[in-house]
Amino acid sequence: MGYLEFLQSYGPQFVDGAAITVAQMVLATALAISIALSAGMMLLSPNKFVSRPARVYVELLRGTSLLVQLYWIFFVLPLLGITLDKFFAGFIAVGMNLGAYGAEVVRGAILSVPKEQWEAAVALNMSPRTRMARIILPQAFLIMLPPCGNLLIELLKGTALVALISVTDLMFVAKQINGSTYLSAQAFGTALILYYILARFAITPTMRYLERVMARRVGRI
Amino acid sequence: MFDWRWNFVLEILPRLLLATGYTLVAAGIGYLIAVFLGLIFLLAQRTPYWAVNKLVREWVEFIRSTPLVLQIFFIFFVGPQFGIRLSPWTSGMIAIGLHYASYLSEVYRGGLDSVPKGQWEAALALDLSIPRTYFRIIIPQALPPSIAGMGNYLVGIFKDTPMLSVIGVTELMHTANAIGAENYRFLEPYTMVGVIFLLISLPAAAMVKVLDGRVRTKAGVQK
Repeated sequence: MGYLEFLQSYGPQFVDGAAITVAQMVLATALAISIALSAGMMLLSPNKFVSRPARVYVELLRGTSLLVQLYWIFFVLPLLGITLDKFFAGFIAVGMNLGAYGAEVVRGAILSVPKEQWEAAVALNMSPRTRMARIILPQAFLIMLPPCGNLLIELLKGTALVALISVTDLMFVAKQINGSTYLSAQAFGTALILYYILARFAITPTMRYLERVMARRVGRI
Repeated sequence: MFDWRWNFVLEILPRLLLATGYTLVAAGIGYLIAVFLGLIFLLAQRTPYWAVNKLVREWVEFIRSTPLVLQIFFIFFVGPQFGIRLSPWTSGMIAIGLHYASYLSEVYRGGLDSVPKGQWEAALALDLSIPRTYFRIIIPQALPPSIAGMGNYLVGIFKDTPMLSVIGVTELMHTANAIGAENYRFLEPYTMVGVIFLLISLPAAAMVKVLDGRVRTKAGVQK
């Protein structure tokens, strides 16, 4: 069977799988961003009762593997009385894991906003809330965008693991087609190419675009 | 609700520790492959041929932006299609080595780029041979900024070894799966795997930090 014929008969399945992968990615990204922002700011709190839990969370999730966390959420949590559907377990695990990495990025970005900016905001008698929201965070966003682009690609790659708890994403479809046709090169090769297209032609240009927009809003262009 | 059995933990601990040994071996071999292959990837991007450099660059990008678990499957299953049979261990090591080589080549590149151009020019002016320029002048300066990245990816490889379980490499995750299936108990094996990973990767990450600081001080490079 030629590759074109292969694509003709299995293309729709790949598209369905890619749609699930994109859905997992979008949901995991939303979760990861909210965790990264809140945990990242908590890490910087002078109050130990606020910063310590965030530190424990970040080290716990960065110190173990995503796959271990995914299995734990899917197989062990039900024993503790919390049963999650595999689709939810999938993006929650991925989002929680990448959120921990993102928290460090947020922390670093906030810290690298020049000190004068903090001082100027204090001199203008801004409340801590206004200072953070109007002065520090917009500049921190600009600093954190490039590392976030890398993390998003890591997140996309992380979603491939949800296939192991039988979420029917791109990876799962590739495995299934490989199992029924034994055309491994075509099945896994097509999936590899689709992941590459998502990363290189969807995530990277979007992040570049966001970097330009943010730079303009902060007045750097 | 919370039915944790310590005697079951003790019963399965020897098996888990043995598997931890395998995991460490897998991470070590994978890292060695990645360190050397990464160097090759780096050098292949610095040839005098523009097309080669561009192609290798894109290849590195391709490996970096596709999932490791899919690459493991690809290497394991595609070989037999063309009559090459690779054991789970071999294909796993190739996949991890290849994947992290692409990351490490970026780390090396960053290190090389951080060496000021004047150093190259000075070496040229002193008529040093190319190997001497590299080994005595460039690499000693390129290494310190690379140590942190290299160390972090060693810890990264360690944390990615559970993916090898999907093709049947008997590392930690695979063993935990087996124990869980035999005893119909997943709470203890999976939790212990998490604990073992934490106990190894946290000190390892701390050690990387210390080493990074020492090398930087020794080389006189500021943080």
